[in-house]
Parts: sequence; C-alpha cells; structure tokens
Amino acid sequence: MLNTFVAVLRRDLLLAWRGRADVLVTLAFFVIVVCLFPFGVGAEPNLLRAIAPGVLWVAALLACLLSLHRLFAQDHVDGTLEQLLLSSEPAVLWVMAKVLAFWLSTGLPVVAVAPVLGLLLDLEQGAYPVLVISLALGTPILALLGAVGAALTLGLRGGGMLLALLVLPLFVPVLIFGAGAVEAELSGTGATAHLLLLGGGLAGALALAPWACAAALRVSTE
Amino acid sequence: MLEVHDLACLKGDRLLFRGLALRLQAGGLLRVAGPNGVGKTSLLRLVTGLALPEAGEVRWRGVGIRRDREALHRELLYLGHAPALNDLLTPLENLRFACAAAGDEVDEENCIIALARIGLEHQLDLPARVLSQGQRRRVGLARLFLSARRPLWVLDEPFTALDAAAVAELAETLSDHCVAGGMVMLTTHQDAPFARAPAVLDVGAYAC
Repeated sequence: MLNTFVAVLRRDLLLAWRGRADVLVTLAFFVIVVCLFPFGVGAEPNLLRAIAPGVLWVAALLACLLSLHRLFAQDHVDGTLEQLLLSSEPAVLWVMAKVLAFWLSTGLPVVAVAPVLGLLLDLEQGAYPVLVISLALGTPILALLGAVGAALTLGLRGGGMLLALLVLPLFVPVLIFGAGAVEAELSGTGATAHLLLLGGGLAGALALAPWACAAALRVSTE
Repeated sequence: MLEVHDLACLKGDRLLFRGLALRLQAGGLLRVAGPNGVGKTSLLRLVTGLALPEAGEVRWRGVGIRRDREALHRELLYLGHAPALNDLLTPLENLRFACAAAGDEVDEENCIIALARIGLEHQLDLPARVLSQGQRRRVGLARLFLSARRPLWVLDEPFTALDAAAVAELAETLSDHCVAGGMVMLTTHQDAPFARAPAVLDVGAYAC
C-alpha cells in the first residue's frame, strides 16, 4: 500500500528537480512581491516593521496559488492521472503523496526564505521562530485546500483564474491565524493560541481534503 | 467475466449510443469497431469505470463495478489514447512508475527486459521527449509484458504509430494472453494478424 505512496512521492520530487526552473520562478515571485512593498509604501522602518507579518504571509499565499495549477495539469494532459485513478490502491494515498511533494517543492522553500525577507522588512528578532512555525503549519493547509480547487478546475478553460476565485476565500482563515500569530508574538500576548488553531486546521485539512480531492479528480476526468 | 447490460453513453448533451450489451469470457478477444466519433473510446472508458454510464451497468465477475471498483481495477490493464508518459522522465522511470502506480511490484530488471523486448534497449536512459511517436507508444505497451497476472486488458488504438513488425508482435502477444485465459478488448482501424479472428462489436449498430 505504501508502495504507491512512495512511488508517486519519489516521481513528483524527481520531476520537481528536473523542472526546477518552475520551482525557482515561484520562489523568485515570493521574493519580488515582498521587495515591492518598501517601494510602494516607503522605506519607513517603523511602518515596514508593522506590516511585515502580513506582507510575508500574503506573499507566501500568492506564491502558493501561482504554482497550484501545475499540481495535476501535466498528469491530466499526458494520461498519468487516468492510470492513477485506475490504480488498485486507494486514491487518497497518491493524492496525499502528490500534495506532500508539491509542498516540499514549493511550500518548504518559501518557509525557508521567509526569515531572510523578514530581515529586509526589519521584523523584530523574537518573531522569527513564530513566523517560521506559522508558515510551516499554514502552507501545507494552503496546499491541501488548493489541491481540491486544482482538481475541481482541472481541464477547464480559464481554469487558473477560476482556481484563484475558488480557493482564495478559503485561504482567508489561514491568513488570519498565520499573520495573527506573528503579530500576537510581537504584541506580547503569545502566539500559542494562533499556532494551535493552525495546527488544528492542518489536522482537519489533512483528514478531509485528500478525500475531497480524489472525488473531484474522478469527476474532472470523466 | 466482463458483462455489459443495456449501456447508454451521454457525451455533452448528445446520446452516443444506447442499449449496448456485450459479454467477454476468459480467452475472449473483442474488437470494438465503428466509424470515428461513434463512441468507441467512450465505451472503453465506461468499461474501465473512468466514466459513468447514463444508463445500464458494467459487471465484473458478476458484481457491478460501481459497487466494487477496486475488484475490477486489481485485474485490469487499461492503455488509453494518451500514453501516460512524462517527457522529463526516461522510459525506464516511466515504466517503473506506471507499474508501481497501478499497484504492481515490479523490479527494475524486469522493466529493462520488457523494454528491451519491445525494442527500446538503446533508449533506456533518454528522456521521453526525444522519442518518436512509435517509441512513445512502445513504452506504454511494455506494460503488457509485466501485466500477465491482470486478466482484462482494455486497449485503445494500441497499433497506432507502430511499424509492421511491431504490429505483428503485439498481435501475437495479445493472442497469447487470450490463450492463457486472459481477455482483451481493443479498438483499432487496422487489420492485425491475430492467430484467431477477434469477435467484433460494432458500436455504430447502437448509435442514436
């Protein structure tokens, strides 16, 4: 049973490595969006410090959204998705493997780069651990919810735009608790409650999203 | 045994065919015939469970496939129009993944043997994007050699883009599978040299 999971995970990571230009584009997008803010709102350190958590979180969310349509598109075109749906193993397994590979190749680099961009915005020292933890808990939720949207809009004309309209409202709670965690840490109330809620959200998404995603894929390929 | 009762297929808002029935016994070789656009590929997708019929039922070993899809999928090999190849992977990586994804445990050595048997021994390490159409087709067909334990083979246009020698060898492989008790259902517009003439199902006869 684990065979299918490992095979899909290994293949998708190998593909991410061979097509690493795509991964770098996502990361470059994240960096550039964050760098635009000092130009837009001015280089006043107090202002930048105040908006840093929100800016980093919104940019991470958009970077995730930018690459979501790639999750199933290629497999849909070349017929791999049909073969996966005909697997005798449960679809939930390989859907989870695909989402995990997606997160490792796009979410994890964003989590790793975020502290560096925090320096750029002069984020306070004490907030870095919370920033990284909140992103590490939040971006997998984005990937899981986004996978359901990507599966639903698969093969549609203008699917990319529709995907954004579909999943962005669902991303809002993640954004609130993610950015809220960093702000709570900065204001001295402690980020534990926010992080616990994010963790709960991740557990919930992990339990439900793969099933929804597998069902949506069956509908989309019909 | 594969049985199909009173099947109707709706594509968009057009009814392609209705009242279609067929029965495929162990050792049976069935060729699905009919002009372009009559619904041959749609029929194959209904039989595999990738699409759901508008009416009627597909039964595998007496049980409806909507009730127990896994029972069919454990014993099914479906090769569709799209060859399920990723351009960034080599034929060997593609084949190993296809087997693992289907739930078969196949080691690398057997994959290499299968690819060599289908004439790709010199392309093992090339990315699939540099292969010709016929060679891409062959990578998909190599799975046939590794799927003898799956009795039902459903093949959509397996002879497309293959040269005459490859067509003859493929026909022989399919005939051998049937002799060994397997079942083959395929669509083709080509005459292939089968050892025993296949039964023919004309989808056009059920067209609406």
